[in-house]
Amino acid sequence: MSLMTEITILVLAAFVGFEVISKVPTTLHTPLMSQTNAIHGIVMLGGLIVVGYANDPLEYIIGTIAIAFGAINIVGGFMVTDRMLGMFSKKPKPKADAEKKGGS
Amino acid sequence: MLQAVLQPGGDGATALYIVAFSLFIIGIKRGTHPTTAKQGNLVAAVGMAVAVVTTLLLDGIGNWGLIALGLGIGTAVGVIASVRVQMTEMPQMVALYNGVGGGAVALIAWSEIRHGISLGETIPLDTLIPILFAAVVGSVSFWGSNIAFAKLQDLIPTKPLAVPGQQVINAVLLIGIIAGCVSIAVGNDDPSQLTFIAILIAAGLLGNLVVLPIGGADMPVVISLLNAFTGLSAAAAGFALDNVALIVAGTLVGSSGTILTMEMATAMNRSVANVLFAGFGGAPSGGAAGSAETRPHVSIGAQDAAIKLAYADTVVIVPGYGLAVAQAQHAIKEVGDELEKRGVTVNYAIHPVAGRMPGHMNVLLAEADVPYEQLKEMEEINPEMARTDVAVVVGANDVTNPAAKNDPDSPIAGMPIIEVNQAQQVIVIKRSMSPGFAGIDNDLFYEPNTSMLFDDAKKAAADIAAEIQNL
Repeated sequence: MSLMTEITILVLAAFVGFEVISKVPTTLHTPLMSQTNAIHGIVMLGGLIVVGYANDPLEYIIGTIAIAFGAINIVGGFMVTDRMLGMFSKKPKPKADAEKKGGS
Repeated sequence: MLQAVLQPGGDGATALYIVAFSLFIIGIKRGTHPTTAKQGNLVAAVGMAVAVVTTLLLDGIGNWGLIALGLGIGTAVGVIASVRVQMTEMPQMVALYNGVGGGAVALIAWSEIRHGISLGETIPLDTLIPILFAAVVGSVSFWGSNIAFAKLQDLIPTKPLAVPGQQVINAVLLIGIIAGCVSIAVGNDDPSQLTFIAILIAAGLLGNLVVLPIGGADMPVVISLLNAFTGLSAAAAGFALDNVALIVAGTLVGSSGTILTMEMATAMNRSVANVLFAGFGGAPSGGAAGSAETRPHVSIGAQDAAIKLAYADTVVIVPGYGLAVAQAQHAIKEVGDELEKRGVTVNYAIHPVAGRMPGHMNVLLAEADVPYEQLKEMEEINPEMARTDVAVVVGANDVTNPAAKNDPDSPIAGMPIIEVNQAQQVIVIKRSMSPGFAGIDNDLFYEPNTSMLFDDAKKAAADIAAEIQNL
C-alpha cells in the first residue's frame, strides 16, 4: 500500500470515529470508553506479525510479551465492557445476586 | 504445521480486515445507545476475532510456540482479572487494560526497529517515523495508565502531587525525546538502538510525570485521553507494519476517544488542557475552607433521618464519589426499597460525573438492582427538586454545591450541579465536614433545611434502613 493510500484511510477513519460517537448519554461514557479500549487491543496483530520474523532471544521475549499484553487488552477489555453493560439489562430480581451481596 | 493461506496485504487478507473493521464501526455505533450497547460490544468482539484469525493465517507468521504462550498468558490474565474485578474497581481496570495496550505498541515498535537494524539496510522514513511515534506514545500511555491505575487503586496518594519545576522537567524530557527521534531519523541508514531505548525510557518518565500531579477525580478524563493516545499509536504501528486493520481500528479509537474525552471534560466543566496542566482551581482557596469549623450546621442521627424519609412523599437520593468508595450501593438500595414499601416515591439523581467516572454510578446502582427508570439524569431531576420532600446526598459534595450557581468567584462557578438546595429538606450523609475534591467549602451544609449525618455511607445507609423497618 502506498503511503498516500494509507493516509487517505487514516483521515477517513478519523472522520468515521468522530461522527459515530457524537451525542452519547453520560451513562454510556465509561462502557464505551472500555469498548474502544478493547478495540485498540488490535495491536496484538502487530505482535503476531513481529514474532514471526523475530530471530534472537530478546526479540522472542519482546514479541511474546507484546502478544500477551495485546491479548489482555482484548480479552479483558471486551469482558469488562460486557460486565458493565450486563448490569443495565433488566433482570427479574435474581436470588444469586442477593447471596453475592451477603458475601461481599 | 498450519499452512499459511493469506498473503500480507493481499486481497483475501484485506477483505477479511475490511469485515473486521466494519464490525468495529458497527460495534461502536451500537455502543452509543443503551438498548444496543451490549450487543454492540459483542459485534466488536466478533470483529476482533475475525482480525486475529486472519492474521494467524498470514504467510510469514511463525514461532507458533511463542504465539501460543503469549495468547495463553494474556487470555488467562484477561479472563481472571475481568471476572474477579469488583464493580467499583472497573475504572482502574480500564486504565490497566489501556496501559498494556500501550505497552504492546511500544514493544512492537522496539521489535520493528531491531528487525530493521538487523537487516543492515536503510529504514525508509515512512516506516521509521511511525515506529518512533508508536514507541513514544505507546510508552507514555503505558506508564501514564499505570500511574492512573495506582492512583485509583489507592496504591499511591490520589491527591494532586506537585513536583517543583514540573513543567520545566516535562519540557526538557519532551525536547530530549524529539531530539532523539530526529537523530534516529537523520541517521536512518544505521539507527542507534541505544538512542531508541533512551527515547522509550524518557517517554515513560514523561508519562509518569504528566499523570502524577493529577487528582483522582480528574482521572477519568486522563484515562480516556490515554485511551485515545493508545489508539493513535496503534494506527502508527499499522503504518510501520503496512497493516490496514491496525490503521483503521487505531484511528477509530483515536478519534472517537478524543470526542469522548472532550464530552467527559465538558460534563465536569473542565478543559482537557486544564486537567493536564493545572491542579484543580490553581491556588487552593484555603481561606474559605478554614472557616468551616466555625459556621453552624445541624447534625442528626440515623433515626431522625429515617423518620424524615419515611414520612416523605417523594425522596431523591443523590449518590456521589463517597458512595462508590464506601461501596454503599447495596445498602442505599435497601433504604430505597424500605421507603417504596411505605409508598414513598424514590428516585436517584445521577450527576454526569458522579462516582469515579461518567456513567460509573449508573453501573454501581444497576448492580444493586436499582431499576433503570429510577435513575434520573441531572437535567431530568433538577426541575423536580422543588417538589421533592427530602433529598439525600450520599457521599457527594462539590456536585451539590450551590456556590457553582450563586458565586461567580467560586473555583467551581458554572459547573452544573444537582440542585438539592431546592428540595424541602436535605440530608447529607458524609464522614466529616471536610471539603470535597475542589477543596472548597459547601454552602449547602449550612442551609437551615440541611441536616448532616456524619458516618460512613455504607453504615449510615444500613442504619437508616433498619430504623425505617422499626417505624
